[in-house]
Amino acid sequence: MPHPFTILLGKAVRHAARLRGGGSALPGLFVEKISPDFIPSILSQLPKGVVVISGTNGKTTTTKMVVSLLESQGLKVFTNRTGSNFTRGVAAALLGEIDTRGKLSADIAVLELDEAHAVKFVQIVKPRYSLLLNVMRDQLDRFGEIDTTAKMLQKIGEATTDSVILNREDPRVASLATHLATQNIAYFGLDSSLLSHFPTDDQLHNKQAATASKLPAAATLTKYGEDEAVFKIGKKSYATPLKVRGAYNVYNGAAALALVQTILPEAPAESLVTALSDVTPAFGRGEVLTINGQPLELVLVKNPSGFQLSLESFSPKGHATMIAVNDNYADGRDMSWLWDVDFTSLKIDGVAAVSGVRAFDMALRLQYDEIAIEHVETSLVDSLKKLITAHPDMPKRIFCTYTAMLALRQELSKMTNVEVIS
Amino acid sequence: MTKPTITILQLYPRDMNIYGDNGNVLVLQRRLEWQDITPNIISYNVGDTLPEHVDIIIGGGGQDSGQDRIQKDLLSIAPKLREWAEAGTPMLMVCGLYQLFGKYFKTVEGHVIEGISIFDITTHGSHERLIGNIVTRSSEFGDIVGYENHSGQTVLGDEVTALASVIKGAGNNSGDGHEGARYKNVIGTYLHGSLLPKNPKIADFLIRTALKNADISHEKQPINDKYAEQARKIALQRPR
Repeated sequence: MPHPFTILLGKAVRHAARLRGGGSALPGLFVEKISPDFIPSILSQLPKGVVVISGTNGKTTTTKMVVSLLESQGLKVFTNRTGSNFTRGVAAALLGEIDTRGKLSADIAVLELDEAHAVKFVQIVKPRYSLLLNVMRDQLDRFGEIDTTAKMLQKIGEATTDSVILNREDPRVASLATHLATQNIAYFGLDSSLLSHFPTDDQLHNKQAATASKLPAAATLTKYGEDEAVFKIGKKSYATPLKVRGAYNVYNGAAALALVQTILPEAPAESLVTALSDVTPAFGRGEVLTINGQPLELVLVKNPSGFQLSLESFSPKGHATMIAVNDNYADGRDMSWLWDVDFTSLKIDGVAAVSGVRAFDMALRLQYDEIAIEHVETSLVDSLKKLITAHPDMPKRIFCTYTAMLALRQELSKMTNVEVIS
Repeated sequence: MTKPTITILQLYPRDMNIYGDNGNVLVLQRRLEWQDITPNIISYNVGDTLPEHVDIIIGGGGQDSGQDRIQKDLLSIAPKLREWAEAGTPMLMVCGLYQLFGKYFKTVEGHVIEGISIFDITTHGSHERLIGNIVTRSSEFGDIVGYENHSGQTVLGDEVTALASVIKGAGNNSGDGHEGARYKNVIGTYLHGSLLPKNPKIADFLIRTALKNADISHEKQPINDKYAEQARKIALQRPR
């Protein structure tokens, strides 16, 4: 149990940081420094243990789904909702939840952690379950190469004490099973008819066809359309409408179902699917806001595969499209990823606005796909205003990198109701 | 009059494509099309047969596993590549293939990967990764902007010149201030980003040289490079 003084001080720092409008990292850093066993001592109290969710794409959406599914079965869940998926983000979230005696009132913790931070985290807290989503080229400026990223996921799996849930359709993830001798392994997957819609990193870049896997999956996505999906759990199929949008977000549903089935084998599949149908998009992940009576959709894009799949998932027809690209540390400084995305699907209607620090890199990219652009400027605020005034009667969609998304959300919160994530 | 055709050979796109290298090929393809020249793009992967004739050769970077997969095949086509290099065929080799166009790459563990010696360069693996925005200056191409991400430390021999001098960033290694290599019309560099979109002068050099080699007289039609100019300006100001 951490010292009560640590808890009080940490809570005070958290309160002060929030008054300043600051992020979640500072109070977390604070408790980390003065009490290194703060996180493990609190999380070890949880009766159903800790779940770690990692991988390149889909962590936030999947975590949100898993939390909803577990809650639908009556569990009290602790999670790091801020998307500050670093250890100190976890510490900060804990500070907000624990009482002054250091007691966390929850049955289970579900944490999304980025690959590099997850490796550090599992050294101090052994997860009972881990869910490993995919390995895509992303942040190569941080991790070097994707084979290195796969090794990070392997370390998370190795530190897991009970079960590891793997994406059967990503060869770099599925093959981790050979290194996990002491853990139970479960898979989530796709029906073979859908494989071509969900290219893996290698398939995206060398255009090879996928081959169907023979491994058994705990949950499989067998069909999806505009607003309905079919999941196969065990031998039975379940059709359901969904609020999350975008093909890969729907596939995250299969990951969440496989994980929750593993944690709660007695939970009726039917009720899990019902809970999944109620999950709304995570912030900035296909989140829809209303501006002057028109929907404005924020689609986070972080890497070529995510961008490609987003372009394929959301039809540009009838929308005013904006693309906002920043190159801050959290976005990745290297712009070469834009050249691994095929933008030709935007050709028909063109792009209304291109913005962000690297607006001109993005415009240059579109030029070489011969896509018409109405407006290019680096200022996100000015660009957003122009988008809204130039297209008052149209639905809008903004593809944005992480820090651009945060900045746009802040600006949009001055114009409309935006959910505060803290 | 029929449109002239320029054949571009892309080396190992399946295994060596890690840093937006496809962008370099796309830039050449469009700049040719925009000038009424037909681009003929050929992918060469492990086990394929080389075409009889090529005008431009492009190669990119890969992961260590990708380099292992192509190395034997690369050695088998080396005589033809060397013949083309000697004959003045313009080539652009980025990162991994830049290293393998040299004499050898010695890994941190001491394992030696033999290269094809078009460049008189040697590369040693290191634990330090040189990552970040980079700006270099060449007398021929002016300022070259891009992004580097490599752990190989490359040193030039006597029979090769540097492509450029480093203004900001690391370049070939963490010490001597050289970036890339140049032998005849073969350019090697660590810069991706991709290289050619923001450095159209190099793209135009490759095209101009290819046209000259093929004895095609073709008046260059103007291409609007305003986005490239703005993107360059911003790239110059970005932190490492």
